[in-house]
Amino acid sequence: MSRQSVAKAHQKIQELAWEPLYHDPVSQYGTDYTFSKAQKKDPLKQVLRSYFPMQEEKDHRVYGAADGAIRGNMFRQVQERWLEWQKLFLSIIPLPEISAARAMPLLFRTVPNPELHNGQAIQMIDEVRHSTIQQNLKRLYMNNYVDPAGFNSSLRNFQNDYCGTIGRQFAEGFITGDAITAASIYLTIVAETAFTNTLFVAMPAEAAANGDYLLPTVFHSVQSDESRHISNGYATLLMALADEGNHALLERDLRYAWWNNHRVVDAAIGTFIEYGTKDRRKDRESYAEMWRRWIYDDYYRSYLVPLEKYGLVIPHDLIEESWNQIWNKGYVHEVAQFFCTGWLANYWRMDPMTDTDFEWFEYKYPGWYDKYGAWWENYARLSMPHGNKPIVFEDVDYQYPNRCWTCMVPCLVREDMVMAEIDGVTRTYCHEACRWTDVEAFRPTYMGRETPSMGRLTGNREWETLYHGWNWADVVSDMGYVRDDGKTLVAQPHLDLDPTKMWTLDHLRSCPPLLSPNVLLNEMSTDEKQAFHANYVRGGPAGRPAPAEAV
Amino acid sequence: MTSTTERSVPKMDFTNAEAGSRTFPDSTARNYNYFVPAKRKQSHYEDVTVEVQPDPRHYLAQGWLYGFADGRGGYPLEWTALKAWGQDRPVPERYPGSGGKGYDWPAHGWHEFRDPNEEWELTFFRYNSNVERQVNANIDTARETKAFEQWNPNWVAFVEQHVGAWMHVEQGLGLYVFANANRRAPTNMHNNAIAVNSMHRIRFAQDLALYNLTLSEEIEGFDGSAHVKTWNEDPAWQGVRRVSEQLTGIDDWAEAMFATNIVFEPLIGELFRSQLVQQAAPGNGDFVTPTVVGAGEFDFATRDLRWTTAMFDLLTRDREFADHNKAQIAQWLSVWVPRCLSAARELQPLWSQPDLRPPRFEDGLDRVKNRFEGILAGLDIPTPKEISQ
Repeated sequence: MSRQSVAKAHQKIQELAWEPLYHDPVSQYGTDYTFSKAQKKDPLKQVLRSYFPMQEEKDHRVYGAADGAIRGNMFRQVQERWLEWQKLFLSIIPLPEISAARAMPLLFRTVPNPELHNGQAIQMIDEVRHSTIQQNLKRLYMNNYVDPAGFNSSLRNFQNDYCGTIGRQFAEGFITGDAITAASIYLTIVAETAFTNTLFVAMPAEAAANGDYLLPTVFHSVQSDESRHISNGYATLLMALADEGNHALLERDLRYAWWNNHRVVDAAIGTFIEYGTKDRRKDRESYAEMWRRWIYDDYYRSYLVPLEKYGLVIPHDLIEESWNQIWNKGYVHEVAQFFCTGWLANYWRMDPMTDTDFEWFEYKYPGWYDKYGAWWENYARLSMPHGNKPIVFEDVDYQYPNRCWTCMVPCLVREDMVMAEIDGVTRTYCHEACRWTDVEAFRPTYMGRETPSMGRLTGNREWETLYHGWNWADVVSDMGYVRDDGKTLVAQPHLDLDPTKMWTLDHLRSCPPLLSPNVLLNEMSTDEKQAFHANYVRGGPAGRPAPAEAV
Repeated sequence: MTSTTERSVPKMDFTNAEAGSRTFPDSTARNYNYFVPAKRKQSHYEDVTVEVQPDPRHYLAQGWLYGFADGRGGYPLEWTALKAWGQDRPVPERYPGSGGKGYDWPAHGWHEFRDPNEEWELTFFRYNSNVERQVNANIDTARETKAFEQWNPNWVAFVEQHVGAWMHVEQGLGLYVFANANRRAPTNMHNNAIAVNSMHRIRFAQDLALYNLTLSEEIEGFDGSAHVKTWNEDPAWQGVRRVSEQLTGIDDWAEAMFATNIVFEPLIGELFRSQLVQQAAPGNGDFVTPTVVGAGEFDFATRDLRWTTAMFDLLTRDREFADHNKAQIAQWLSVWVPRCLSAARELQPLWSQPDLRPPRFEDGLDRVKNRFEGILAGLDIPTPKEISQ
C-alpha cells in the first residue's frame, strides 16, 4: 500500500472529473426533481487502491468460513425449518442486489455532481459482489444441505412464484420510473438505510441461532458495504432538499417507499424470523422487538427525524401505522399463515408449529393463541396426506384472501381492505396506503403537478388470475415445482422426507380448481361488490370469514 | 464463593441435515436446473450469474412489475439495434387462465453469451487486488531506488502532461460509457461483464492519478496539475476528447461497446499506450511508467477485448440476424472509424516530444490498423473502406 494518505489520494482523484466541451453524454432517464449544481462531497472517500484489497480480505474471511462449514459438517446441526425458508430468501435477494448495481446509472445525468458518481460506481461493483456472493451461498446450500429441491430451481421458481413476485418489487422499484424516486429514495434512503437492518443484521443473527453461521458470515460482509451506500443516498437527499420545488415529490416518494418496503420486507423477513426459527428462548428478541430497535429507533428516530429541520416531510403517520400493523394487527402472523395456507403453490417445506412455538408466541404476542392457535393445530393435523386434502381446501375457518394490486401481498388484515375501479376493473388493496400508491402516486400528475417521469405499475399483478380455473396439479406442473421422480411436490407442509409421507401431483388431481378471488369479484354486479367488501372487512383475524350477521 | 447464572444461548441440535443423510426424490439433484450450460458442465461462473436478471420470455410469469413513464420495464431488447435469434417472437401473453409458461431455455440468442473471463466477485476482487499490489510495488521500488532521477526533463514534461491526460479518457469512458451501459443490456451475463469493464477503466484512471501524485512528491518541479490543462487545452488532445465525449453520447448500448472497445481502443488507446508510451519510456530512462500503463493495457488486451469479441462474435454469426447485425455494424464503422482515425492523427505531435523518439507515428498507426483489421476479421466483418483514409 502506498504511503499516500487516503484523504490525499481521494483529493487527487477528484482531478479525474471533467465537464464535456463538445458533446453532452446521453440522457436516458428522466426525473421530475430539479438539482442545482452543488459542491457536495463524495461521502465514501473510497480509493480503489485500498478498496480492492479490502474487499479481497473480506472475501478471504467469507470463503474461509465456507470451507470451515463444510469441513466441520455444519449441516449436521442446521435446523431444516430455518434452511427451508432460505430457499425463498436466497432466490429473491440476488436480484435486488444486482438491480441496485443497474440503478446507479440512473443518477449520473440526473444528479449533476461528478464527485458523487465515483461513489455510485463503487456501489455498482459492490452490488455485483453481493449478488454473486449470495448466489454462491445458495449453491453451497444446494450442494451440502439434505434437501436441494427448491435451491436447485430457485431462479425459475423465484420468477414465477407469487412470493418471489412480491419480493421482486424490492428490485424493480430501484431501476425504473423517475430516476430519483427509484435509485435514490426507494433504494438508498429507505430500502438500504432502513430495511437492510432487518435483512442483513437481524436475520443473520437468527440464522446463527439455528445452526447456520454461513448466512451471517456472508450477510455481515455484505452489510459492511451497505453503510457506504447509505452515505451515497444521504448526499443525494441533501442535494434534493436544497430545492424547495422537490419537497412535495420527496414527501410522495418517502410515503410510497416506506409503505412498500414495510409491506414487502416485513412480510418476508418477519415470517422467516418468527416462523422459520427453532430458537424459542423467551429472552431472544421477536421480530416486533427487532423492528422497534432497528427500524423505529435507529432509522426513524435517529436518521429521519433530524432531517425534518431541512424541510423533509416525514410520514410519521405511516411509520406509526406500520408499527400498528405489526404489533396490534398481527401483520407478520397473517402473512406466515397465508404462506402456509398456500404451501402447495411454493417451493420449500414449511414446518408446522409445535406447543413450544405456541408458548413462545403467546409470551411475545399476548393473545396470539386465541387468534392463530387453532389454525396451526389444523395445519399440523393436515400436514400429511392421510385421506385429507391440503389445508387450503379443508374447513379450517379461513377465507382465501384477495390480492393487493399494489404490493401483491394479499389483503390479510381484512378490516383494512379497500377497492378502486381503474379502467373498468375493480382492484383490491390491502390498505389505503397501497390504494394511494396506485391511484395517486404512480400517475403522470400528482396533486395538480405534472409528473411526466413517474413510473407505472405494470404486469399481471394477481398471481391467482393467471391460473383461474386450473386444476392444482396442472398449476404446480406448469410452475415446475415437481421433484425428479416426476410426481412428488417440491413443497411440503412438513419436514419429513419419507417419500410415503410426501404430497404428490396425484393428491392434487382430485382437489377443486384454483379460483382467483379477483376474477370472481369482477364477475359481480356493483351491489354485489359492495356487499362483498362490507362482508370482507368484517372478517379476520387469522383469516376467519366474517361472522354471520344476527337476523 | 462465586456463583454463575446460566447464560441464555441458542441450543444446538443434531439435525442430521447434511447432504446424503437420506434418500428421497431430488435428494441428489444438486445442480441449478433452470438453464443449459454453454459447455458440458455448468461452470461456477454460470451458477452465480445466469438468470439472476429475469426475462419474461422465460419464467417471469407475472411480467415486469414496474415500468418507466412509457410503461416499459426491465431490459428492453430494443435498447440496441442489434438483434439475436428468436427475439422477434412476442413475449408470451399472459391473461386470466393463461398459465405462466414462457419459451424453453434460452428463448433467444442473447442468453447464449457467456463472459469468457468468467468474472464474478471472487475472481474480480482477486485480480484487481493483485494488479494494485503489483503497481504499488513497482512505484514504491522506483521511489526507493530513486529511479525517477534518471528521467530526462522532456520526458518528465511528457509524463506530467500526456500520460496524465490519458487518465481522463479512462475515467470518462469508465463512468459514462461502461458503468452507464450496465443498466442497458438484456442479460445478467452482459451487464456484469460491462460493470467489470467499467471498473477496470476507473481503476486504471485512479492508478494514473495516484502515480501522478507520487511523481509530484518525488520529482522536483513536476506539475501535478498539468494533465488538466493538457486535457482541456492542448490541441493534440482535443480530437481524443471530442471522440470520447461522442462515445458518452451514444444511446445504443451495443454501439457504445463496439465503438469503444472495437474501434476506439485499438485505434487510439493502443496507439497511445502501446505504440507511444511503452515504446518511448525505456529510452528516456523510465522503466516505471510502462508498468503502470501496462496494467491498463493488459486489462484491455486480455480481458475487456476478449469479452467484447465473444459477445459480437455471437451476433455477427447469429443464425437469424447475422446479416442485419453486420449491416448495422458496418454503419457504425462508417461513423466511428473516421472519427477515431482523425483523433489518432491529431495525436501525432506527441511522437516528436520525447528526446529519444519512439518508432514513427505512421508505423505505429499501421500496426494498430492491422490489429483492428484482424479483430474485425475475427468477427467476420470486412475491413471498412474508411480505414485507408
